[in-house]
This record gives sequence, C-alpha cells and structure tokens, in this order.
Amino acid sequence: MTTTSLRQLPLVEQHRALGARFAPFAGWEMPVQYAGIVEEHRAVRERAGVFDVSHMGRLFVVGRDAGRLLRRALTYKVDQLGEGEAHYALLCADDGGILDDVFVYRLDAARFLVVDNAVNVECGRERISSFVEPGMEVELLDRQASTAMLALQGPEAPAFLARIIGPEAPEGLRRHHCTEIPYLGYKLFVSRTGYTGEDGFELVTSLEAGARLLERLAGEGVAPCGLGARDTLRLEAALPLYGNDIDATTSPWEAGLGFAVSLDDGADFAGRAALVAAKEAGASRRLVCLRARGRGVMRAGCPVLHAGQVAGRVSSGGFSPTLGVSIGLAYLPVELAQEGTELEVEVRGKRLPAVVVPRPFYRKAKG
Amino acid sequence: MDIPAELRYSKEHEWVRIDGDLATVGITDYAQDQLGDIVYLDLPAAGAAVAQHERMGEIESVKAVSDLFSPISGEVVEVNQGAVDSPELVNQAPYGRGWLLRVRLRDPGELESLLSSQAYDELITREMEENTD
Repeated sequence: MTTTSLRQLPLVEQHRALGARFAPFAGWEMPVQYAGIVEEHRAVRERAGVFDVSHMGRLFVVGRDAGRLLRRALTYKVDQLGEGEAHYALLCADDGGILDDVFVYRLDAARFLVVDNAVNVECGRERISSFVEPGMEVELLDRQASTAMLALQGPEAPAFLARIIGPEAPEGLRRHHCTEIPYLGYKLFVSRTGYTGEDGFELVTSLEAGARLLERLAGEGVAPCGLGARDTLRLEAALPLYGNDIDATTSPWEAGLGFAVSLDDGADFAGRAALVAAKEAGASRRLVCLRARGRGVMRAGCPVLHAGQVAGRVSSGGFSPTLGVSIGLAYLPVELAQEGTELEVEVRGKRLPAVVVPRPFYRKAKG
Repeated sequence: MDIPAELRYSKEHEWVRIDGDLATVGITDYAQDQLGDIVYLDLPAAGAAVAQHERMGEIESVKAVSDLFSPISGEVVEVNQGAVDSPELVNQAPYGRGWLLRVRLRDPGELESLLSSQAYDELITREMEENTD
C-alpha cells in the first residue's frame, strides 16, 4: 500500500501517543479507532469523546460582501444569520445536484467560517470564488493548514470544556451558536454543533493550542474517538455523509434536506431555478431509514428489494451499537418510503429482512 | 498477542485444538484484535462439510466483513450458539468461550500443514510490521 501521498493530520503525534490506528480517508491518513469503535461510540452517547476533524475544510470568508457572496453560492439564507449564529447549507450545481454540504458560522457582521468536507475542499472553494463579482469587498482565507479542528461530543461535553477552559468557557452557548474566546494566548473558536446526534462543541484554534487541548481533554478522561465511531454515531443520527448519501446526482428534497434550502427570501442562488422546478415536480424517491429485522449487516451498495425486485440501494449502512442491530440509509421510490414498509436487503447473496423506520434512528434524550 | 502453545494455526488466522478425532476451531487473538468489535457470525450448520483453506462462513465487525476459512476438512458436529448469539464473546475470549465450531476430522494428516504457535507468532509479527510501514 502506498501511503506517501496521504496527508497527515497536524496532531498525528498526539494520536499515535493515544494509541490510534490509522486508515486512509479522503486523501488523509486518519485515526479510525483507539480503544475500539463500540467503546468510543458508547463514550460519546454516555459521557464524552473527542475527534480530530482537522481534515475538514475551514474557509474564512471576510469583508463587507461576505454574506452576499455566500448567499449567492449557498442554498440557505446565511446572510440573514445573526452574529454568533450557525446553520447547515448546501452548495449546489446549476442543475440542483449537491456539490458539497457545509456548516456556516457567522462570527460577526463581516466574517463567516465555512466548514466543508475534506473531499470537496478544492472544488467547493473554486465554486464559491466563481461567484465573486467585480467590486465585491470579500476575501477567502483558507485556514485548513494553519489550524486544528476538534469535535468534543457527548452529554458531559459542557462539563469537560468548562474544566479545561476555566471561567472563559461559553457555558450559555446555545445549539447552533458560536463564539470566540481566548485560550493559551490563542483565539479559540467554539460552536455548539456536531455530527454525532449528541450535545457538544466543535473547536477551531492554532495547531499549538489544538494539540494542548486534545492532550488535556484526553488527560481528563474524554475518550479519543476515530472515524469509525464518527460514522456509527452520525448514521444513528441519520446525518448524511457526502459521497455516500448525497452527491451531484441527489437533490436536497429527496435527501430530506429541505431545511437547508431557503426559497422565501427572494434571493437568487446557485441551483435555485432547478431546485424550484424539482420541488414543484415532487421527488420520486426519498432517503429513508432502514432497520434490519435479523442478524447480518447491511453496507453501502447493498441492493434493497421489494417483492423480489431491486427498489434501491443502501447508501450508508452498518451496525448500530445503540440499537444492537444493523441500520442503513437508502433512496427508495416514494411509494415504498412509508414507515413500516417491509423490504429485504441483499447482503452478499443473502436476504436480510428490514423495515422503514422514522428518521433518525437515535435521538438524544431532552436535557 | 496471546498465542497458546498447545494450538495449531492457519495462515488465515484460525486456530485448531485437537481432542481425539474432534477439532475445535476459532479465530486467533490477533484476528479478533484486527477485526475490532465483532457483531455477526455466519457459520456452517451442524452436519455441513468443510474443507481445509476453503471459505466456510463470514465474520463481521462494526468496521467490515471478512471471510472465514476452515483450517481443516471434516464434518461440523457442533456450532457455538453462544458466540452466534453474543459475537462479542469472540473478542473477549477467542480461545475460550468465543470458539466457533467443532469438526470431526476427515484427514488428521492435514494438521501437519498447520503452523506451530512459534511459526504463527512470526507470521503475525511480519504482518504487523508491514501494517506500520
């Protein structure tokens, strides 16, 4: 195996010291697990875990016209976010296909942070840049290489953050809000967001402060978690993974991502006309949640059968540690997308009975 | 890695414990560690015939699915239902409660082609070195 072309995380030494096992993902050598996927998964559901997600893109968009530019490029009315607010949005092609899914954070009137998928960093950047018009006062600052990004997730995440940060900890920070605080002499971006279905924070800071933060969190007993647990956690929360569940051939409507598309503010944005037309036409298929009725594990690519005929394919699948059974996402014709529809998933020549269940598979208890 | 001296091993990371003409078969400590959390076993039924180094079933962890290869030929006389019901036993006690099958040996001569604990130790040491390169 050639690993020479893989990019290393800036905190790779810390991961080695914590016992990580690595595997390639989206061009990066990423920690896949430390103590074990199920143990890490449970730690996040029951206490707290920390992930290094520095492979994700971090693009600061700054200047008087930053909001205008992002509104032009993205499906959500991010220009109307208040300072310290955040929202999920999509970058669509002119035909409405999804080119990337991003989280947009408004730091202040003229400063946004866009966090996007590692695999899409370059094309996303190019696409956003393409909407810069002459006379616009806006700059795109790529901070992926110069910062680290950690996700601290789990019901005890707030307590651990307070213990590490001290009196500056943003105790009252609400879900989908963000702020910047000082940490070890550096700026620390903190948002109450995540990709696990739990309470928690995402943190962006300098490489030095990021390394220290990771060491201190692990030292306090927060479980270091790899991409393996990140995938099982996000799948239970039915959060789509770009490249699996959404891509240039899927529309936000069929993916159940209509909440990320604003048509009510009158703004024109990339893909708007196609998305309006697709909405009016109505989706012919929908991304549904499948729960296995027997043993066996559905994986991405497995055919989904109805009455013996292929009706769709699993886009993401795996084993749910919380439910103790296999779960998956699949696009199915709308007439088969109703909860309770009985189907079969073909897993390496065998048929695994499965049923359409409500989305998501797992929802945290109200705190 | 635990590699009991009294067992014989296959290159596909199964172990064999001989008791008369019966062989107990399982996967090694190294194999369970590489697989991670095991969640599903697909094993041949009692009465089925298995053949040395041929595919006899599947073992699936949270991460991925792998084929199981039989280290010896013969007839399956017992399946460890405890492990089928609780696959995590294979992680917890791969040489104990996490055994997979009991097989009536067809050709005891096949045992000669299996590895000693020392030879198996060398095999996985090489594998681990390759993995860290």
